[in-house]
Amino acid sequence: MAGLELLSDQGYRLDGRKASELRKVQARTSVFAQADGSAYLEQGNTKALAVVYGPHETRGSRSKSLHDRAVINCQYSMATFSTAERKRRPHGDRKSSEMSLHLKQTFEAAVLTELYPRSQIDIYVKILQADGGNYSACVNAATLALVDAGIPMRDYVCACTAGFVEDTPLADLCHAEESGGGTSLALALLPRSGNIALLQMDARLHQDHLDALIEAAMTACKGLSKVLDGVVRQHLEEVSVLIRD
Amino acid sequence: ICKKSYDHSSTYYNLQETLHKWPRSSIKGLSLPLMLRQFTLHTSKTRSGGVLKIVREHYLRDDIWCGSEVCKECKDEAPVLQEHACIESNLCSYPHYLIPDTNVVLHQIDILEDPLIRNVIILQIVLQEVRHRSAPVYKRIKDAIHEKEKHFYTFTNEHHRETFIEREQGESANDRNDRAIRVAAKWYTDHLAKKTNGGSLKVVLLTDDRSNKEKAEQYGLIVYRCEEYIKSLIGNPELMDRLALKPDDQNEITGSKLLFPEHLPLSRIQSGIKNGMFLQGTFHANRDNYLEGKVFINREGEEINEVLLQGLQNLNRAVHQDVVAVELFPKEHWVAPSSVVLQDDSPNDEDAEEDETENKLKGEPSDSSVLQPTGRVVGIIKRNWRPFCGMLSQSMIKEATRHLFTPADRRIPRIRIETRQAANLVGQRIMVAIDGWPKNSRYPNGHFVKNLGSAGDKETETEVLLLEHDVPHQPFSQAVLSFLPKMPWSITEEDLKVRADLRHLCVCSVDPPGCTDIDDTLHCRELENGNLEVGVHIADVSHFIRPGNALDQEAASRGTTVYLCGKRIDMVPELLSSNLCSLRSNVERLAFSCIWEMNHNAEILKAHFTKSIINSKASLTYAEAQMRIDDSTMKDDITKSLRGLNRLAKILKGRRIAKGALTLSSPEVRFHIDSETHDPIDLQSKELKETNSMVEEFMLLANISVAQKIYDEFSECALLRKHPSPPPSNYDILIKAAKSRDLNIHTDSAKALADSLNNATVENFPYFNTLLRILATRCMMQAVYFCSGMDSDFHHYGLASPIYTHFTSPIRRYADIIVHRLLAVAINADSTYPDLMDKHKQSALCNNLNYRHKMAQYAQRASVAFHTQLFFKNKGIINEEGFILFVRKNAIIILIPKFGLEGAVFFDNKDKPSPHLSFDSEGPTLKVEEHTFRMFDEVKVTISLDASNIQHQRIRMALIEPVIPGVSVPVPESEPEAKKPKLDC
Repeated sequence: MAGLELLSDQGYRLDGRKASELRKVQARTSVFAQADGSAYLEQGNTKALAVVYGPHETRGSRSKSLHDRAVINCQYSMATFSTAERKRRPHGDRKSSEMSLHLKQTFEAAVLTELYPRSQIDIYVKILQADGGNYSACVNAATLALVDAGIPMRDYVCACTAGFVEDTPLADLCHAEESGGGTSLALALLPRSGNIALLQMDARLHQDHLDALIEAAMTACKGLSKVLDGVVRQHLEEVSVLIRD
Repeated sequence: ICKKSYDHSSTYYNLQETLHKWPRSSIKGLSLPLMLRQFTLHTSKTRSGGVLKIVREHYLRDDIWCGSEVCKECKDEAPVLQEHACIESNLCSYPHYLIPDTNVVLHQIDILEDPLIRNVIILQIVLQEVRHRSAPVYKRIKDAIHEKEKHFYTFTNEHHRETFIEREQGESANDRNDRAIRVAAKWYTDHLAKKTNGGSLKVVLLTDDRSNKEKAEQYGLIVYRCEEYIKSLIGNPELMDRLALKPDDQNEITGSKLLFPEHLPLSRIQSGIKNGMFLQGTFHANRDNYLEGKVFINREGEEINEVLLQGLQNLNRAVHQDVVAVELFPKEHWVAPSSVVLQDDSPNDEDAEEDETENKLKGEPSDSSVLQPTGRVVGIIKRNWRPFCGMLSQSMIKEATRHLFTPADRRIPRIRIETRQAANLVGQRIMVAIDGWPKNSRYPNGHFVKNLGSAGDKETETEVLLLEHDVPHQPFSQAVLSFLPKMPWSITEEDLKVRADLRHLCVCSVDPPGCTDIDDTLHCRELENGNLEVGVHIADVSHFIRPGNALDQEAASRGTTVYLCGKRIDMVPELLSSNLCSLRSNVERLAFSCIWEMNHNAEILKAHFTKSIINSKASLTYAEAQMRIDDSTMKDDITKSLRGLNRLAKILKGRRIAKGALTLSSPEVRFHIDSETHDPIDLQSKELKETNSMVEEFMLLANISVAQKIYDEFSECALLRKHPSPPPSNYDILIKAAKSRDLNIHTDSAKALADSLNNATVENFPYFNTLLRILATRCMMQAVYFCSGMDSDFHHYGLASPIYTHFTSPIRRYADIIVHRLLAVAINADSTYPDLMDKHKQSALCNNLNYRHKMAQYAQRASVAFHTQLFFKNKGIINEEGFILFVRKNAIIILIPKFGLEGAVFFDNKDKPSPHLSFDSEGPTLKVEEHTFRMFDEVKVTISLDASNIQHQRIRMALIEPVIPGVSVPVPESEPEAKKPKLDC
């Protein structure tokens, strides 16, 4: 009869989180040996795999290369089995090319591309399971992969979504919350400087609520950056133990 | 592509295994839930036949508290459940918390709402199930949870680590939920036992489900059926009557004979409607004949929009306002509506044979021209039951516990209820809710909800008329009151910064005597350039009522303050309506000011809106203000200001009338109410002074200015008020009436109508013009609120203004609050919010406001009618002069100007042979024997109260003059002894 109650009177969301709580984030880097950098990340039930190649010489036509910085090439795709219903997803559909473009813009803001003129960095991201916040999972996974590849960046890029329900901003929306109406905002943040790499919102939101919503997304991003930092440090520890042996 | 994705997936599964081996790193300062579970749901998708696999995360937490005062371990800041949770009961002599299951909440919400029932744990799963099954009950249980005194606690059992359970193989969803309730109850039992060291505090599960009860007992819980538990309560027998009857109990009450055909299941109804076999519509019972009703088909494109239903069998248990499915009979079975008045008043409770009455219906002559589509109800799509007000008709058998209840609304069937306190309830107004209508019962079964008080009592009757007109009148809830400003309240520095300081102005208010919610004040002063500055200052209610909070929602739902005789039902809590927002004299108040610069010809040179602070210098009544204006010796600022206003108002009014604004009239009366007994002791027509019109004029001016401003600023979402021009046919009666006195009324435009009304006078008949205006008022349409983005016709017919809104009474009308908010945004004094700019939401709000205004008006009229009855009850029989307002086929409607009272004199009597009547609709005239009655004829009548039916008391009029033998009554010489008013009543 009635739709889902996204936020109960007791302050719990559909899946039992409170308004500002993130979903459980798990990640590890260096999952592939043949790539320069790779990472696997789970943000709740959203699972993403990112692979980075480069920097290397520009492939294909020379004309694409830039004389003063590296070109970032992003490709986003979703697995056939990633959503509730199995669906063949051809390459280059509108949604994924848009997402690829967003990823490219995000990482152009974070990677120190000017260090590698006339070269190219490839980032391939695949969503293995989609449960809301696909863009942010991709960004977070790609950040880890870039770190794994040893490509210099200004900072981690952390992304998170936030939504607005009954005057309360909700951090890190799951699929049910995203599709349950209401506005969702995706934000990619460079946490240390507080610079915003990308901000995207498709639905309507009253201007008065925008600040609160951005604030919630930024807090969530900062939380995520700690998780990512932990993952990187742990990986380094493991690697250094191996080297010492 | 396929291969690639396959590769990925295999990697993923490998990863999955490794992931689980990782230790969980804990990071400080991060909001992460504590434990993670997942479960999957499978549903096959119907449209394309694919399988939909839904995986959802479900977090379980350690930080959900039990909510009890006893428990020290749970870090709940404000525990809800009390330590001494005592409801005295034979079954449970110890303090205990109640846990009702879903069905108990759904069916026994009346019981749970009782103030006696406190310390109840509502489980999240129960709340969710209730939400799915019944929106009204969900709303009510949520209200109960918000009520602090009730100590209802919501336990989020589905996310608690120890109370979450997974559905087992082969277990139905319902069984799983029942088990979840038991597990949660068990957890509470153990948890509390631990906390109180095996102390006395216990948990009692209430369920009416037999298998659930057995399982719970095996599980070691204390569990009772709801009925069992309520019966055991000491000292509250009346709670027993509020128990809803369960379907299993109903067999006991009813006879075994099947009286009604079975209702079809919803699926068959739906397919039937789809293929045109059935029609869907709203059932309206006939007020005068309980065996007849009509179904209005509300689907477009249907050639039949009204289906007649006759006879109990065909009505098939439909109750007024239900949405039903009907099946049409073939044409040869169609019948004409009967004109018989039938009231269901068989005195006994037995399921009496109805054959004779049914036959009465069938004996009608069947003229094919009057035949209507006829059918029968095959099923009920949606019941629209609400609690009904009415009275108990006690059973003949003294010790019986089953009684019939007669609702005040005659369209509702009588309801059978079970009560042990029938003797106490006789003569009382009570409220009853319907539980169900089994097919073998003549009447629906219901249960007693509330006793409103003894019938005929002023408070009780007021309560009844409020309930019957759906006027929300409960005291404001704690949630609402929590948004009131904290006292002592004063104007802050911040207010001073953003508001214009108009405290120096000589502002005053003019209102009716005894008014405590003053929402408008005025001022007028001469400027240095010789022009006049006129200000209208309206209480700044939107400063206190912020959008979206509980206070705002409550005000929006109430829509308007309702004024009854001697009682006011506020839209906003009294602190605001009579204190902080009321612009009383000599206190500083926040206002929203509308200030014009005018020349002495009342032409507006400049208009300016601002939020302000004012200090009213005087709160005057209309009479006081009039006195000041008339008294030439008074020369103070207030009086000067009033004189200036008065002068301008006259010019404004003149201009308005020249444009074609109507001056209408309705017989309004005021009761003089005894200050001690609150009985009406005298009535008086409302008198209009010059100052009334002065205030009105400036309010109109402010409203029009504001309407223009908000429409310019927000053309899509301005809340405006329009008054559509009536269709020409509405004026027929007015034109005919005037013709009968050789006068012509032109109704082509408002202007023409106003002019011809002004010229319509008859010599030696000064009241004639007023009568005409009263009649003209009846021809008008209702003025309504609307959202400018949803409509194109803005015209206000009565005021002859192209645009109009309500701005000047925010204390008593919600529309004004919205207009205030819009205006505040327009002048950058306040921020906006989404709903304000959403024309669909606003249009929905307008619908509610229009509905509430209409109901408030009806309630007001009903209140006046009731007080008129009280007045005449005390007076006995009196003679009065009146005028014929309308002529009907068998009656004349008479208006008594002295009391503003309208009543009918009927010429056909049930017990006597009717006199010879001939009605001419052209005149309209009615010839009774030899005398012809025309409209506006003067007559003499006796007025008395007919109290034969205590639920429907009415004023009865009988003709004295002109004398018609056999029809008119002799003049009562003096008041008969028996009718002498009792002094102690």
